[in-house]
Amino acid sequence: MSSTALSIKNLSKYFGSVCANDHVSLDIYKGEILALLGENGSGKTSLMNMLSGIYFPDEGQIFADGKEVCIRSPKDAYALGIGMVHQHFKLVDVFSASENLILGIDPSKPLDRKKINQELKTICDRYGFEIDPDKKVYDMSVSEKQTLEIIKTLYRGANVLILDEPTAVLTPQETERLFSVIKNMKKDGKTVIIITHKLHEVLEISDRVAILRKGAYVGCIETAKADESKLTEMMMGEKVTLNIERPEIKDKKLRLSVKDLCCKDAEGRDHLKNISFDLYSGEIFGIAGISGCGQKELLEAIAGLQPAVSGSSIKYFRDSEDEATELIGKTPRAIRNMGVHLSFVPEDRLGMGLVGSMGMTDNMMLKDYDSGKLFFTNRRKPGELAARIKKELDVVTPGLQTPVRRLSGGNVQKVLVGREISADPTVLMTAYAVRGLDINTSYTIYKLLNEQKKKGTAIIFVGEDLDVMLELCDRILVLNAGKCAGITDGRKITKEEIGLMMTGSERKQDEH
Amino acid sequence: MQSLISLFQAAVVFGTVIMFGCIGEIITEKAGNLNLGVPGIMYLGGIASLASVFIYEGSTKDPSPVVCVLLALVSSFAASALGGLVYAFLTITLKANQNVTGLTLTIFGSGVANFFGGSLNTLAGRFEQVAVPVTSAAFRKTSMLSGIPVIGKLFFSYGFMVYLAIIIAVLTHFFMNHTRRGLNLRTVGENPAAADAAGINVNRNKYLAICIGAGISGFGGAYYVMDYIKGTWANDGSIENLGWLAVALVIFTTWKSKNAIWGAYLFGILFWMFLYIPGLTRSSQELFKMLPYAVTVIVLIITSLKNSRDKQPPAALGLPYFREER
Repeated sequence: MSSTALSIKNLSKYFGSVCANDHVSLDIYKGEILALLGENGSGKTSLMNMLSGIYFPDEGQIFADGKEVCIRSPKDAYALGIGMVHQHFKLVDVFSASENLILGIDPSKPLDRKKINQELKTICDRYGFEIDPDKKVYDMSVSEKQTLEIIKTLYRGANVLILDEPTAVLTPQETERLFSVIKNMKKDGKTVIIITHKLHEVLEISDRVAILRKGAYVGCIETAKADESKLTEMMMGEKVTLNIERPEIKDKKLRLSVKDLCCKDAEGRDHLKNISFDLYSGEIFGIAGISGCGQKELLEAIAGLQPAVSGSSIKYFRDSEDEATELIGKTPRAIRNMGVHLSFVPEDRLGMGLVGSMGMTDNMMLKDYDSGKLFFTNRRKPGELAARIKKELDVVTPGLQTPVRRLSGGNVQKVLVGREISADPTVLMTAYAVRGLDINTSYTIYKLLNEQKKKGTAIIFVGEDLDVMLELCDRILVLNAGKCAGITDGRKITKEEIGLMMTGSERKQDEH
Repeated sequence: MQSLISLFQAAVVFGTVIMFGCIGEIITEKAGNLNLGVPGIMYLGGIASLASVFIYEGSTKDPSPVVCVLLALVSSFAASALGGLVYAFLTITLKANQNVTGLTLTIFGSGVANFFGGSLNTLAGRFEQVAVPVTSAAFRKTSMLSGIPVIGKLFFSYGFMVYLAIIIAVLTHFFMNHTRRGLNLRTVGENPAAADAAGINVNRNKYLAICIGAGISGFGGAYYVMDYIKGTWANDGSIENLGWLAVALVIFTTWKSKNAIWGAYLFGILFWMFLYIPGLTRSSQELFKMLPYAVTVIVLIITSLKNSRDKQPPAALGLPYFREER
């Protein structure tokens, strides 16, 4: 093996009483692609943040090229040739690509936009990127923003590139392109560290895998000697069998019929255009698409939160097909008062789903605080429900009154899903239900959904991990820039086919 | 014609006061800090220039106009920047709420200024007003060009501060849009996390922008005292009103200092228009004085309706930044 580029010794980081990294020691070799694998919350990002100067370690040492270094700020990290592409992009929306490129560099030099554009083009040609230097970031797609971030680190002369969950927001095709760029960078002698929790990507791209579990370093393994089950075992600390159940649909009844649903935004642009589908009881109906393609609007339109253009229709069927109720034009409360059991687990958990500064009990009350007759609120029943959810779903919280925003992402999601399921829904809508959750919690959520499915609930599952959707969903509707690109059978279609539908040529025409 | 010219002149003088306040506040807000202490800072700038010059003029027999002007400007800048420093320390280092801190600074500044303003009046003698005739004359000295008919009256009949304000506005515009440091500063206000990750020192940029911005705002107070009310002091709270107009003007300009040049004069015209419309009663005059604020509201509505991304306030305006926040 070649010499080490970076070496970490006994690095620790604490946030209050929470230990994010516990004496981690790790060597990173020059010119390798290292995958940093671990569940959500296992401390991958905070470890890398210490290398890139965002966090300062509480204990331990970092060596670059054999010499001990002290990285106090991102600037120090760049001086050592370490550049990081964060999961949440650090770009200025109102600046152009080239303006973002030179942020913070040589402040006393004149701002020569032409020259910078030229330099940008040189890097693009060398590694195979495509980007328009004058395009404003707010006009860019997620993949373009990511490309810009990578170019930014290269422009700063980074020899060690850290990519934090780079594929989380990309389509399969965009992921392919990213991987080919990463291979180009490796050929150029760069060291690349990829933070991820997706096993098949680790196996596809990396030379070596380092595994973290609960903040501690578990071990390192050559990718060539690894396989999925071995990696999972190291990641979880125990042998687990990971497969998602997909029970057959029983007792299929029409629940919801969406016809020609159109939604427009404030400027009159189409969010959704002529979406039509039928939803049956006892099925999991997946919705796939690049993020921001109308998923949010679709769910909100059904929940009564998004006004629809006239001509749209969403019919709800209680027991038989001739007992239809129109949902369009009604508020969420009106829909509930009509006896429609609609539950919604929104994407924005602490924004739309729960109130972050309130405890579990108060969050349970949000849905029925006005049900009692007395002037005073009744806390007993929500308190019981909160206690039950805490017990059944294993929510880790110091107490029922602890503000939910202090809980970890997984526990917040359990509280929200638990509340929504407890209402005995006939239609359950979930948006990115497992985003940011560790594997165990994710599978708990899948299990909960399947339980609901067996009970005869119609479930709409908006997801981003296509592998999971292909295992879980009975049917998948693919959205492409607000239009329905097709409804497919989850048992038959492949990931690549869905990927192509997501990015079909129609999108391009729309933009110009 | 004559009344139109004098309306324009009044508007320019009025506009210059709020242009200084506005440009200072634009620099501050571009760094992501909403400083509602502008009126207080203008008060500080005003009283500091007046007090220092008053002492100087009283202590020498033959005060030099150049020294007077320099002293007034330096002390006004220093006092205002100090006010800005207090605000910066509270909001950046201690991460106090920006709105509350700013409003407190306004109350503090007006209190301090009116206290010392009153004291100066007492010092000047029981029945007299404080006066700094040499400095005020130096501030109001016009160039020879003012002799040209109409054009001279319109454009050259003012003291040097009027042109200084325009120069500062142009320089600020150039700095923000055509230098790397300006780009860095705007990044701090748009996305401090991005600035930090790019190696820009967020806190240093914020401190510098706030202190320099406050210093420039303070010039507005100095100009008001020396030119607008001719080197005297009045405990009537009018600096505070002007300070709030300066804050409104920041929104009106959509955070672009070049717009402050015409925006400030437009505010001046709108503010003084009631004097030049015959037959207004006292109460309808007050309605006219409302115009600058009404126009700001309309501009706010139009820019938010159009939803143009380039006309929005800095994205991180008013938010504290802490690097290790999770």
